[in-house]
Amino acid sequence: MAAEYILEMKNITKRYGENKVLSDVSLKIRPGEIHALLGENGAGKSTLMNVLFGMPVIHATGGFEGEVLIDGQSTTIASPHDAMLKGIGMVHQEFMLLPGFTITENIKLNREITHPSLLSRVFGKNLETLDMAAMSQDARRALDSVGMSIDEYTLVKGLPVGYMQFVEIAREIDKTGVKLLVFDEPTAVLTESEAAQLLRVMKSIAQKGIAIIFITHRLDEVIEAADGVTILRDGKFVCETRTADTTVTQLAELMIGRKGESAFVTADPREFPEDTPVALKIRHLAVDMPGEQVKDVSLDIREGEIFGIGGLAGQGKVGIPNGIMGVYDSEGDVELFGEPVRLNDAHAALKSGMAMVSEDRRGVGLLLDESIEDNIVFNAMQVSGEFTKSLLGAKLKDSRKIREHANEMIRELDIRCFGAVQHTGTLSGGNQQKVCIARALTMNPKLIFVSEPTRGIDIGAKKLVLETLVKLNREKGMTVVMVSSELMELRSICDRIAIVAEGEVVDILPVNSSDADFGLAMSGIKPGSASGKEA
Amino acid sequence: MVKKNWREFARNNVVTIMFIVVCAVCMMFSGYTPSYVMYELFGRLSRNAFIVLALIIPIVAGMGINFAITIGAMAAQIACILVLEWGLQGFGSFLAAAALTVPMAALFGFGIGKILNKMKGQEMIGGMILGYFANGLYQLLCLFIFDNIIPINNPNLTIKGSSGIANTIDLSKAGGMGGTLEKLWQLPVSQAVLVFALVIAAGLVIGHVRSHRKDAKKLGIQLGALAIVCVLMQLPVMKNLFSMVKVPMATFGIVALLCLFNVVLMRTRLGQQFRAVGQNRTVANAAGINVDKVRIIAITISTVLAGWGQLIFVQNLGAFQTYGAADQVGLYAGAAILVGGASVVRATNTQALLGTVLFHLMFILAPAAGKNLFGDAAIGEYFRVFMCYGVIALALVMHAWSSIAPKKKHHKATDKA
Repeated sequence: MAAEYILEMKNITKRYGENKVLSDVSLKIRPGEIHALLGENGAGKSTLMNVLFGMPVIHATGGFEGEVLIDGQSTTIASPHDAMLKGIGMVHQEFMLLPGFTITENIKLNREITHPSLLSRVFGKNLETLDMAAMSQDARRALDSVGMSIDEYTLVKGLPVGYMQFVEIAREIDKTGVKLLVFDEPTAVLTESEAAQLLRVMKSIAQKGIAIIFITHRLDEVIEAADGVTILRDGKFVCETRTADTTVTQLAELMIGRKGESAFVTADPREFPEDTPVALKIRHLAVDMPGEQVKDVSLDIREGEIFGIGGLAGQGKVGIPNGIMGVYDSEGDVELFGEPVRLNDAHAALKSGMAMVSEDRRGVGLLLDESIEDNIVFNAMQVSGEFTKSLLGAKLKDSRKIREHANEMIRELDIRCFGAVQHTGTLSGGNQQKVCIARALTMNPKLIFVSEPTRGIDIGAKKLVLETLVKLNREKGMTVVMVSSELMELRSICDRIAIVAEGEVVDILPVNSSDADFGLAMSGIKPGSASGKEA
Repeated sequence: MVKKNWREFARNNVVTIMFIVVCAVCMMFSGYTPSYVMYELFGRLSRNAFIVLALIIPIVAGMGINFAITIGAMAAQIACILVLEWGLQGFGSFLAAAALTVPMAALFGFGIGKILNKMKGQEMIGGMILGYFANGLYQLLCLFIFDNIIPINNPNLTIKGSSGIANTIDLSKAGGMGGTLEKLWQLPVSQAVLVFALVIAAGLVIGHVRSHRKDAKKLGIQLGALAIVCVLMQLPVMKNLFSMVKVPMATFGIVALLCLFNVVLMRTRLGQQFRAVGQNRTVANAAGINVDKVRIIAITISTVLAGWGQLIFVQNLGAFQTYGAADQVGLYAGAAILVGGASVVRATNTQALLGTVLFHLMFILAPAAGKNLFGDAAIGEYFRVFMCYGVIALALVMHAWSSIAPKKKHHKATDKA
């Protein structure tokens, strides 16, 4: 008989240069099992799947250490196509469907059934005529097995999102010899009833002996559908367990955990009295930011607070500052110190006394081919006309004033550079971030958004950036709204933390809440209500 | 709802509708008799339809209008020069040139495909610039390499008193290929319609017999429509309208074959790959389709077909300008297909043919209308060149516009929900 495990990944270690993203991770899947793979962003789930599919990015960066066994046989998976031949399929999060093709054509794409024709006898197999009747029969069978009664000749264009997900699954099932399917966050875009149907379909697929790796952040679905769970954290294997032996709260705790490194900046959280004036009042904010959709967010941020916004990537937390600052299309009501803010107008947002340090330093944040000093004063010059002098009615740059200000900022924020004229493109990530902060400060904002301020910068720079934020808040009384995927950072300097999941605020938690509470909130379950669910 | 559909229809076909209006106005002021216009139109259709049809495959494969068909046209012209140099005569020389065009155009097409794969998303401007660049190489070949390095012995081909290929190549001398394709078989319209109707009817019946779904009603309607057209064409009014037209059966037969080829190709595995790549390269790639290869095939087929198209064009005219004939081919063919209602992402046979008809109708009518209206034929001439570029610009703007419009609509819908 076949081996006990259909897939075994043993002691996988993967480095990107110096950076170890997976260390000694193992994963075992039995035939016909639904196995959930859990972890925060950056825990190593996608890297592990990239290894499994033999993605070019893995081979191009020096391969990996460890062993992959399929049916007990040690194998090398050279490419995604190779993975397909070995019976591993993927249901993508971004739909890999062609809108102008019918469901049949999509299911059979590049695996068309053909019969010879006049052209093919002359020019070869590629010109054989499609046998639509046979193709649609196959498609019908695959659609039936995922419980979809829709006509197989329907165009994919215009189908509801949930249907597309099922078409995608039908396509994978239709491939011959599929042994293992990977579902990457399949329920993220589905409505509740569709998600329930999907879980049923997954179970019925599993009953046919096809194993499923189920990547999700919805812990309740894990408990409901999966047989086993593997949890990763920071690229390390945390544990493997049967879902029968665990609870949602336990899973949440294991997923977040205490990070190894201790907080290097600490600012004690403060309690603000209820009657503290509200600095920023957000009501029903919706932002159309690709990959970070905000659906309906309402928040009150108090004056003088350091307010944290956390959550997993892609859930919409980054969309909030981008929407308010007019970078992406948004709708809703926002008031800054009682004054309404005009949305979809970056100029107005800057003028109203808000500034933002963008998460996209190199794209939105900086003009990389310009000098540090020009970058620092750019917004202030454009928006409020500072650092200019008049000459014959024309506004000119006031170079002396700019230089003075830039040097002051360089000193204050400890920007490591050759001088104020160095191009920002040649600075390190941490120093670029400081330039971004300097530019935001030059606007003299009453409220500053910092989005993922420590992404991609080294520890020393992280410390300085966080210290700067605390200093600004404590000494100048500036209200700070910090958006970050790093929960630990938020906990180290914020007063309160809002957790965003699926475009909405799940809860606002005190900094010293338990790991389990944060974990539950990130998977969209309001802490406190979970105990009821477990019972 | 009906009103909205009409508006949508009008917006989607604004170029075509505008052209029909312009042609109608020009027709009123041109002073030409309908039968003369028909005569001119059939002549132009027979020489231009093929090359316009050559544009369809790259559009389906998501590469936009292949302005690089000028390079295919150059291949055909080189083939003509060589055939003349070798002293081939009559219809045989036409066939030889057609055969010679294939390897040259295929090679050029392969090269164009390779380059366009390096500039995905900018195929149209890339193809246009490649055309200009290739024109330089073509001139080098004709002005210097031929006659200086490769000896040219036919004195009619070279510039008198200097070296290089002459400015005009005459194909209609005794024994030349000029007009040989047309002269193979010519019929008046009333009879030509009968012949084509017979072929189409035979095709329909065979298709019906072999089809899985025997839709007898559909077949009946199609055959009935054909019969009605045949009868209508026998009426004196129609005979009068087409009195000057002699239909070159072979030329139109080839055009019909190309239409059929376009249809059949789209039903093959390769055609499916063209359509998949055209819709979304990422998805096609994820399905294991070799996207780059499919794009090269599309451009290669298009270039070869364009070469044949140019060959039909020059043999019909009986002469060509060595250094100018290919220049505007891409532009005119591109404008024609857009006039027919195609966009840079969607094109069909019908659109190509309708576009050719309308575009050349304007070419015929505009100078005469200009002369009658403004007393100067040059105004009409100016007008048609202006319209040609205008159509292309409008089509590109419309494409950009229509790809933004659905997004806005979607945004509104989600807000309501």
